[in-house]
This record gives sequence, C-alpha cells and structure tokens, in this order.
Amino acid sequence: MRIVIIDDSGLRATVLEEGLREAGYDDIHIVPPRGGFVARLERMAPDVVLMDLGSPSRDTLEEMLTVSRALARPIAMFVDQSDEAMIGAAIDAGVSAYVVDGLRKERVKPVLELAVRRFNAFAKLQSELDEARTALSDRRIVDRAKSILMSQRGLSEPDAYALLRSSAMNQGKKIVDVAQALITASDLLGGM
Amino acid sequence: MTTELRIAFLPLTDAAVLAVARERGFAEEEGLHLDLVRTTSWATLRDRLVFGQVQAAHMLAPLAVAVTLGLSQQAAPLAAPYKLNVNGNMLVMASAFAQALDPDIAARLDDPLGTAHDFAAAIGLWKRKPVIGVVHRFSSHSVMLRYWLASAGVDPDRDVILRVLPPSLTVEAIGAGEIDGFIAGEPWGSAAVDAGLAEAVAIGERIWRRGVEKVLAFRTPWLEENPDSVDRLLRALVRAAGWCDDPENQEALAHLLSRPQYVDQPAEVILRALSGRIVPRIDMAPLSMPDFMLFSREATPFPWRSQALWIYSQLVRWKMVDHSADNAARAASVFRPDIFRRALADSDVAMPGASMKVEGAVASPLAVGSKRGELTLGPDRFFDGRIFDPERIEDFLASF
Repeated sequence: MRIVIIDDSGLRATVLEEGLREAGYDDIHIVPPRGGFVARLERMAPDVVLMDLGSPSRDTLEEMLTVSRALARPIAMFVDQSDEAMIGAAIDAGVSAYVVDGLRKERVKPVLELAVRRFNAFAKLQSELDEARTALSDRRIVDRAKSILMSQRGLSEPDAYALLRSSAMNQGKKIVDVAQALITASDLLGGM
Repeated sequence: MTTELRIAFLPLTDAAVLAVARERGFAEEEGLHLDLVRTTSWATLRDRLVFGQVQAAHMLAPLAVAVTLGLSQQAAPLAAPYKLNVNGNMLVMASAFAQALDPDIAARLDDPLGTAHDFAAAIGLWKRKPVIGVVHRFSSHSVMLRYWLASAGVDPDRDVILRVLPPSLTVEAIGAGEIDGFIAGEPWGSAAVDAGLAEAVAIGERIWRRGVEKVLAFRTPWLEENPDSVDRLLRALVRAAGWCDDPENQEALAHLLSRPQYVDQPAEVILRALSGRIVPRIDMAPLSMPDFMLFSREATPFPWRSQALWIYSQLVRWKMVDHSADNAARAASVFRPDIFRRALADSDVAMPGASMKVEGAVASPLAVGSKRGELTLGPDRFFDGRIFDPERIEDFLASF
C-alpha cells in the first residue's frame, strides 16, 4: 500500500512517517503542498493520501482527485463513511484521508488510526514547545530588567528581583509585564 | 438561556454579516452566542458542516447544491434559508496578459462581452495556455467565469487551464507565476492589484448584475430539528445585514473584518468592496460601483429557488451532473424560502410574494409584489442578455 503524506510541517510529517514505518508500512512518501505538487502526486499513484485538514491546499488536492486521468479509480475521503466516531476523531485531530476506492476498510483503518494518534501527539508536542518558548523569552525579559535595576540603582540581584516582584504585586500585573515596561522606559530614556 | 451555535467561515469580506451579528450584539439580542470557526479551505468547511462539527457554514451557493447532489465527497442534504450576499467577485489578470485587452479599464469593465472577445484573442497571443485560478470547482466564481468565457466561444475546459486554489493563496500564486490571473471574492483581487501584480479584467456584478454568491448552509435534518435556533439566527442576520449595508458603518465594518480572527487584511483594502470604490490598477483612481457587493437591500438575503436552479443549469451545462427531473428538484430544494418566511413572519422585512422568478429579466429597478412593505428589485440582467426561466430549464440548456 503506497501512502503519500502531504504536509507543510516537516516535523509533523516525520513524526507520522516514523509511526507508519514502525507499524510495518514501507512505501511512504512526503510531498509538501507547494508549486506543482499535484503533478508529483499523480505520478506517484498513491492508494492513501493523508493531509492536514487545516491545509489551505485541500481544495487543490480534491480538484485533482476529481479530474485526474492518471488516477482512474475514484478516491473517497475516508474509507468507511458509516464509522462516524472514527471520522469525528480524524476531524478533531485535523487529519483528512483520501482513499482509493476498492481498498478494503480493514486495511485502511489502522493507517487512519495511527495518523490520528500521531497528529494528536504532534499537536501536544507543539503546544509544549510553544509554552517552553514563551517561558524562555519571559525569563530573558526579567533578566534584562534585573540588570537594568542592578546597574542603575546599585541593587543586588535578589533585591532587583524582589523589587520587580513587589511592584508587580502592587499593580496586579505579571512580573514579565512589569519587566517589559521597565525595559521600554529605560530604552526611551536612553538608559543602558 | 443562551444557545451556542458554531458557524464555519472563510476569511472573505462577504463573511461580514456573520461577524457583525456576533460583534455588534445582534446575535446576543436573539439569545444566541456565535462561535465563528475560521477555516482555510472550502473542503474543510464542507467537512466540518457535513460531519456535524459546526451547525452552519458560510458556503459557496454552488457547493451547497453540489454536496446535496453528491458531487463533492460525502453526499448530504443541505439547506440554505439565507443568502449572505450577492456579487463581490473580481477577475484579475497579470498586467502582461491584460496588455492585450482594452487599455481603457473603465470601458473594459463596462463591456464584459467585448472584453470576453478580447480575452479570447489574447489567449492565442499568450506564451502558454492561460492558467486562471478559481477558488473551487463548485464556486460562483467558476460558474461565472465559465459563462463569461463561453460567450466569446472559449471552451473553459479546453482553451484555458482552470486551477483550483484557496483565496488566501491566490496573491502568492500570481506573484510566483504559477497562475496568470484569478477570480476570487474580495479582498483578494484588490490585494493582488495593490501588490502591483494584476489588474481588473471583469467584475462579477457586470457579468450578472445580481449574482448569487454565499449562502448560510445547514444540514437539512439539523435545520428541521432546531426551528427555534434557526429562526433566531435568521432574525439576527437580517438586522446585521441592514447594519452592513448602511454606508455610515462601512469604515467600522472594514476595521472589524481586518482583525486577525476574520479576514486579516488591511481595512483600507477591505473597504473597497464595501464602499463600491474599486481600484482596478495600482496607479488608477477608484471606479464607483455601488452594486459591487450587497448584503441587505432589495431583499438580498431571500433565497430564490430559481437561483438554485440557475446554478444547477450551469452544472449540467459543464457536464458536472446529468439532467433529470429528480436532480433538478433536489437542487431547487437546497434554497429554503419557506424557512426564511417563517423566521421573519413577524418582522418588518419586505417579503417577496413568490419563491421563484425569471432571472435576468429586470433591466431597471422594479417594484414587485410583496407581502409586506415595499420591495424594489434591482436590475438582474446577465451581460449577454439571456433570460433564465426556471420552468423551462431544457430550453435554456438547449440555447447554449
């Protein structure tokens, strides 16, 4: 069974491909949805196409599935229209799957289930990564505000932090917001 | 108690009525909370509606007909009791291609028939078969572009390449030379003009003066089971549409739509379609087109069954569906004037007496039979002067 993954995010496609290979599928291709991707896809003659539901290129893909002469067999979205729970899970996870008509649903279902699990895992990974990035940049802002206080007011590092924290509490704000305001003010006043 | 409704939309100026119903309190007054779900492709919007992730969607009218007829993936009966707008499309072509057309752009846009013939001649002069972007096979844009090209003897399936791509990717694609032009809803044509990549070649409103565009679509079983929510939503939308059409609100509306959660394009560009002041080429002053996009006046939201049948006639014409009495009846059943009448029975909205009309027959504003209030229909001519009688589809099809 030839599976093509159409995905803009290199990381997500890799996460999915890895899972499929572990499950014993070895005819897997990744195609980014750019430029002439439709022609490439036609030449590959896939049995299953997996795509991010959020990709704006879905309309382009579906048009190709409708008119392509290379793909003589019709392609349906999802193999088993009666399995509403499965389709719901796929849409929630953001997976769309196009399957060549005639492929048995027992063969496709594990692929789709795996794609759903991997898309969900990827989304979780992504949000953790975003959180980590925010935390890191927050820390940098606070560090910079601390060093402004240390050099301008001759405070020690613990005292500079304590001052930021007490101002934040007094104003009902987050430390990072107070720190950002301090940096902006300092820049405006030509300090540092 | 507040009822929550999830409605999917694409980032386009003609999603305005939904945004206004939510942001200006019209939905709230009817006890509704609208959760508007921004979507990047028509396929995903369709899937969210068909598989029940949203209760309603801002949908291309021909797509609603196609899904009902089983032409676009999973077949599902859809119902459209409300039209979100008429008109609002623009065909733009790369400036190099447009050089072969009338250099007087105002004259070019005023004479779609002449321009179609110039376009036909330009095809042979161009370096390749022109590639024209359309937003979907089952879009009003595609249907109108085909109608327009065919009037000059161009076979849209043979003489040009129609490439499907979502509105948000059109400007990038024309910049990269992947397409030579495109027809899309605003603000995307104006965005390409502003980028200096393209100029206006035809205006939807000049091809069909009152062209059906987006509808509010529901799954029919859900619509039947939730009459109270549907009626409240329609009442909220009618008031929101009146607000959108009021010239005093245009600037505020453009700013609202420019937000990232809606269209996410500059308010100044969005304003052009709303105010009917279209910049056809980057170095030109705007041209005045007061009917460029309508939301409310002339009973715009009323879903005339004859308009669903006109769409169906074009799907048959381009061999996307076989004509049969059953298919015609199913297509007509997508538009639901009966629901519109029920929802607005106690309002002061002018209500047409009939549910079908002959399309393309009104040359100048015409007062028509109305159950309440005064109703004037604007001119609804096709540029080629054809008239569509919904009772005589076969004759209409034979005329092409």
